[in-house]
Amino acid sequence: MSGRLDGAGSRPAAELDARAAPGATLLMRGAHLLDPRTGLDGPGDLLVRDGRIAELGAPGSLEAPPEAEELDATGLHAFPAFFDPHVHLRMPGREDEEDVESGTRAAAAGGFGGILAMPNTDPVVDTAPVLRSLRERARAEAHVPVGFLAAITRDQAGTELTEMADLADAGAVAFTDDGLPVRSAGVLRMALQYQRLAGLPIALHEEDPELSGAGAMHEGAVSALLGVAGIPSISESTMVARDAALAGYEGGRVHVQHLSARESVEAVERAKAAGVAITAEATPHHLVLIDEDVRTLDTTRKMNPPLRADADRRALVEGLRSGAIDCVATDHAPHAREEKEEPFELAPMGTIGLETAFAALHTELVLPGVLPLGVVVERMTAGADLFGLPAPALRVGTEASVSLVDLSASWIVGEPGYQSRSENSCFASRRLTGAVRLTLAGGAVAWRTPALAESLALAESPA
Amino acid sequence: MSVEDLTRADIERILDRAQSFAEVSGRAIKKVPALRGRTVLNLFYEASTRTSSSFELAAKRLSADFVSVRAQGSAVDKGESLKDTVRTLSAYDPALVVIRSPWAGAAELVARWAPAAVVNAGDGKREHPTQALLDLYTLWQRVGALDGLKVWIVGDVLHSRVARSNVLAFRRMGCEVTVAGPPTLVPREIESLGCRVRASLDELAEADVVYALRMQRERMEGAFVPSLREYAARYQIDGRRLSPQQVLMHPGPVNRGVELSAEVIDSPQALIAQQVEAGVVVRMAVLYELLASGGQQEPAAGLGLQAPVPAVVEVAGQSA
Repeated sequence: MSGRLDGAGSRPAAELDARAAPGATLLMRGAHLLDPRTGLDGPGDLLVRDGRIAELGAPGSLEAPPEAEELDATGLHAFPAFFDPHVHLRMPGREDEEDVESGTRAAAAGGFGGILAMPNTDPVVDTAPVLRSLRERARAEAHVPVGFLAAITRDQAGTELTEMADLADAGAVAFTDDGLPVRSAGVLRMALQYQRLAGLPIALHEEDPELSGAGAMHEGAVSALLGVAGIPSISESTMVARDAALAGYEGGRVHVQHLSARESVEAVERAKAAGVAITAEATPHHLVLIDEDVRTLDTTRKMNPPLRADADRRALVEGLRSGAIDCVATDHAPHAREEKEEPFELAPMGTIGLETAFAALHTELVLPGVLPLGVVVERMTAGADLFGLPAPALRVGTEASVSLVDLSASWIVGEPGYQSRSENSCFASRRLTGAVRLTLAGGAVAWRTPALAESLALAESPA
Repeated sequence: MSVEDLTRADIERILDRAQSFAEVSGRAIKKVPALRGRTVLNLFYEASTRTSSSFELAAKRLSADFVSVRAQGSAVDKGESLKDTVRTLSAYDPALVVIRSPWAGAAELVARWAPAAVVNAGDGKREHPTQALLDLYTLWQRVGALDGLKVWIVGDVLHSRVARSNVLAFRRMGCEVTVAGPPTLVPREIESLGCRVRASLDELAEADVVYALRMQRERMEGAFVPSLREYAARYQIDGRRLSPQQVLMHPGPVNRGVELSAEVIDSPQALIAQQVEAGVVVRMAVLYELLASGGQQEPAAGLGLQAPVPAVVEVAGQSA
């Protein structure tokens, strides 16, 4: 499934926005270059000039231009920078939790070279002026290129469509009512019909509110023990099946957000086999944690969809391996400390995830041999292509979007603090292995660890 | 916090202690000075008559100072968070906080934020450990050893913290536990707690102990059962269903004519009044265990508590 939208082929790819920053010129020496899409996999030199990848060569083979910064990256890995199609920047409305600047800084620190922001803000991103003001903000302060999704329905109320065509013209990357499902099949059907005019994928938060009820965690043995109302897996999977059928019927293009249940993976597989233009994402927390991890009622592990049973987690991992699940997305959801310092059933749902995404998957899936590194890197970069955006690649001529990662460095989540304005990480206090040292995003240096300068014999060339 | 934190030995020690306090309750002056000078604070976020009053009596019979805070009419009504309320009340330096809250895990949060020992007097629909202890005590007083007893817990298991604590507690003491109720009111995968599940009372005759749960009328709003009439017809414990060799328990308050018929409530098989009576001595034992038996066991053992300071050792009835 290519995931490209056939019906709106005439619309050019949306543009992402970032602050103006000088294109980097640097020579990365001796890193292990790994790009699963181009097949690149081995040590080499990578030269970036004026923000573009200018040359790739054997270790020690490239000459640094006089203006270039030279970086000994021996022992580190360079990947195409990760791409996160699911981030909550909380702007406008909850700038106490996150904003464009802090959220994109967290993204850069996590090795992301681009992100997509969800529209469930206050006010909702459902009109072109709100969208334009956010894009303007991003051009002033985003550390990595950011694209904005617009709502499918006005105020995400689920009843009337937004001006999808106008929003597309104003630069929306896709449409979603994320945070809420499109409850009415009739409304979603109309959105899929209107998609032929507006173009752009429709991303779906799949949940049947009737089945979720007042649920606060996965329905299963742990919820039975804790007496906490459960959210059954069928709350998600029945809606995935419904919406896949609608998309198939209308010839629409849909992307299923944050898959959590085994039954949902199966529903996506069936839809793909039937030729529906459907893609799907899964989050690092659903790929690593399970409902047993909620036993202590730690509110950082309360999210929607909830952490499910281990069989669900394993099905997600298999789906990621097989490609049934196309990409990893963090669903980075910052919440204020006082909101999370409440009893579990009262606390809001969500975890931050940008700064831990790669390290969590590397530690829990790659190091134990469950998934190859290449698959994880591919799925962490695949999100761009699903939304019709150029995929990051270690290829000469492309804009530099590169993460430089130390796969042997281990660290304790939260100990270095967070770049995000919030600290509700479900991985807090966990020891993870794999640390991002440098991120090039949109051709510019977006992040560099302070330790990099000290420990990597960083040589500045004379200007 | 949870019956899960208690070993069988912990439970037996508490029951033994409760029995020794039962002797005190028989005296004209029902007081021992074990907790003199210590403060016990009741923090109740939900209406409760028997639980809060029995903790109050238990604290007073152990000579503790007692303060009661209710959510209604307090700063909680003005939007104060649990954390701030706990921090504020900690300024009174309570030795122990008894917390009842509509939210699962609230007792753990109080323990995290307060230096006092904490007793969970009901957290949401999760657990009510002291109810389970007093039920074990009542049953033990009546029938002796609990090993191998067949216990049926009947009714709205889904919304019942009593059911969850009691399944765990009866299992811990070696009972065989069955939960029975309308399938809409029995949580999925409850079997993982170590009990069997039945949708009808057809096999109720095998039970040694029938433990009926309160059927809350407000559950009707969620349409969990079509009608109370049908519920009563299928699940009410009445003279036909209850055989003379079985004993009947109920955590109260009873809905007469719904989960229990009037004839069984007033029958000699019913231990309902004894359960209430046991509430005081068992809670005395719990308070004593946490505050006055320092050094005899790991502080965290009892109820999963952070007993904060090595408590002054005082033996009941003997002033230091």
